[in-house]
Amino acid sequence: MSNIPAELKYLSSHEWVRVEHDGTATVGITYNAQDLLGDVVFVELPEVGSELNAGEEAGVVESVKAASDIFSPVSGEVLEINENLEESPDFVNSDPYNEGWFYKVKLADESDLDDLLDAEAYAAACEAEDH
Amino acid sequence: MLIFERGVTGRNATAQAPLVKAEVTSIPAELMRKSKAKLPEVSELQVVRHYTNLSRKNFSIDTQFYPLGSCTMKYNPRGAHKVASLPGFLSRHPLAPESHSQGYLTCVYELQEILKEVTGMAGVSLSPMAGAQGEFAGVAMIKAYHDKRGDHERCEIIVPIAAHGTNPATAVMCGYKVKEIPVLNDGDVDVEALKEAVGPQTAGIMMTNPSTCGVFERQIEVIAKVVHDAGGLLYYDGANLNAILGKVRPGDMGFDVLHMNLHKTFATPHGGGGPGSGPVAVGERLLPYLPTPIAGIEDAGGEPDYCWLGQEALPDSIGRLSAFMGNAGIILRAYIYALFLGRDGMHRVSEFSTLNANYMAKKLSDAGFDLAYDDRRATHEFIITMSKQAKELGVTAMDFAKRLLDYGYHAPTTYFPLLVPECLLIEPTETESIDELDGFVEAMTQILKEAESSADLVKGAPYSQPVKRLDDVKAARELDVAYKA
Repeated sequence: MSNIPAELKYLSSHEWVRVEHDGTATVGITYNAQDLLGDVVFVELPEVGSELNAGEEAGVVESVKAASDIFSPVSGEVLEINENLEESPDFVNSDPYNEGWFYKVKLADESDLDDLLDAEAYAAACEAEDH
Repeated sequence: MLIFERGVTGRNATAQAPLVKAEVTSIPAELMRKSKAKLPEVSELQVVRHYTNLSRKNFSIDTQFYPLGSCTMKYNPRGAHKVASLPGFLSRHPLAPESHSQGYLTCVYELQEILKEVTGMAGVSLSPMAGAQGEFAGVAMIKAYHDKRGDHERCEIIVPIAAHGTNPATAVMCGYKVKEIPVLNDGDVDVEALKEAVGPQTAGIMMTNPSTCGVFERQIEVIAKVVHDAGGLLYYDGANLNAILGKVRPGDMGFDVLHMNLHKTFATPHGGGGPGSGPVAVGERLLPYLPTPIAGIEDAGGEPDYCWLGQEALPDSIGRLSAFMGNAGIILRAYIYALFLGRDGMHRVSEFSTLNANYMAKKLSDAGFDLAYDDRRATHEFIITMSKQAKELGVTAMDFAKRLLDYGYHAPTTYFPLLVPECLLIEPTETESIDELDGFVEAMTQILKEAESSADLVKGAPYSQPVKRLDDVKAARELDVAYKA
């Protein structure tokens, strides 16, 4: 539970979202998520140009232990995906908040962000799940 | 080492080849091979040693205790194999006419009847070749039922989160969307969430009972009513049938269709990659859709005359699933096994499989392991969670599993079901003696001591196997499954 950046927003299902300066949003999974999953071996990402709705499945992350759906924290059009993950899915383990990002979206509705957890609330959700 | 790598050009083993080569003239010239086939060029003794040594690397139910949860690795009685291998069965051609197949057809028909009674259903087809195909057949019948009624809006199959991974996969293969519903902390399905999830879009629900949490679903009658009231059907995954064999019937719980794994519950070889057998059983509503062929009786008076019922007899059938009619050898073994057991014997299967599981659960709990559902009685299998050991000692469920191999035990199922962290799913089956169960508990206790005093020893296991700890990550990231000459 050591690594939950204060500037990000979260889903209790362990996705994070960061609003960039240009108004786009970057999505990935948290340190805690990669820790639970173990070594990630494959990431399936949405298609560039596709429209995602908040709460909808956006992809799948597969580790040696399990395959888990990724849920989109926000709605919007997918602008870019992290193509490096195809060759190096281990970025999700080594650097989940930077090199291990999943995709960027054009935010359709900024109020989506209000429904998300802040760092403190996410930490509490992880704590609760642990017990 | 592959057998090809043992070869030397020109070496061969022809001692058992026919002295006189058969003259073949019926194969068209363009289909004849132009170059020599690439076969391993080895001596007879090399072949014998190669395969004997490979077979000695097998970890099997014939050599060791194999408590692989959700797989029912029970002893396969040699008697069933012996009877199924009688020359009359072995030599029967699958295209032999019905008049020459009355013996085999009788076995097939009677096994259908036995399985109908054991499951409380109205009809059985033995044709699915394995569990996954049985699941596919079952959900395809649900779809055929809704389609026949013109009920085309039903597009969703509900699956509790504790389900086997094959359940959502089957639903998707049949063209459905999957709706997941949560499981409560005590292992039962969240009925309130189910009530919210059902509606005119619900085609059905897929459930395993007892569930993969190793507990019996206590609300099953309520669940059946909720799903039926919404117009959906209930699918029973027969993976855990061993726990309730002869005691509780899926048909009485309200299920409309189920598949059974004859290759586990009915004690035929399992775990070697096949062959399997995944018959489906259905209630009245789904009878017209059963896959063909099915063994039937022709009404001619006098001695019964058994026959194959095909598409003509069942015009609404979802059709054939294989070239012939299931895996004959597995079907025969299951039939003979069922006859060996009889009604009382089937009761004993579920009684002793649950007794053995509960005995082991209690002993492991006493030895300091955490049961995932410690306020529930186990069914034929149970889950321990290694969260505490992982956190405090840095030794995971996988490390325990690998170390068990050094103690001569096959590892239990690891990291399944997904909703229990660091878990081992343990299924002893009814065919193990108390000595074997105690031995396993003793091994686990020893490993726990090792984990406390020298964690690296456990984390480096196994040491005694043909291969050491495998690099799962490298294997998954750099998948290489093809032999290259």
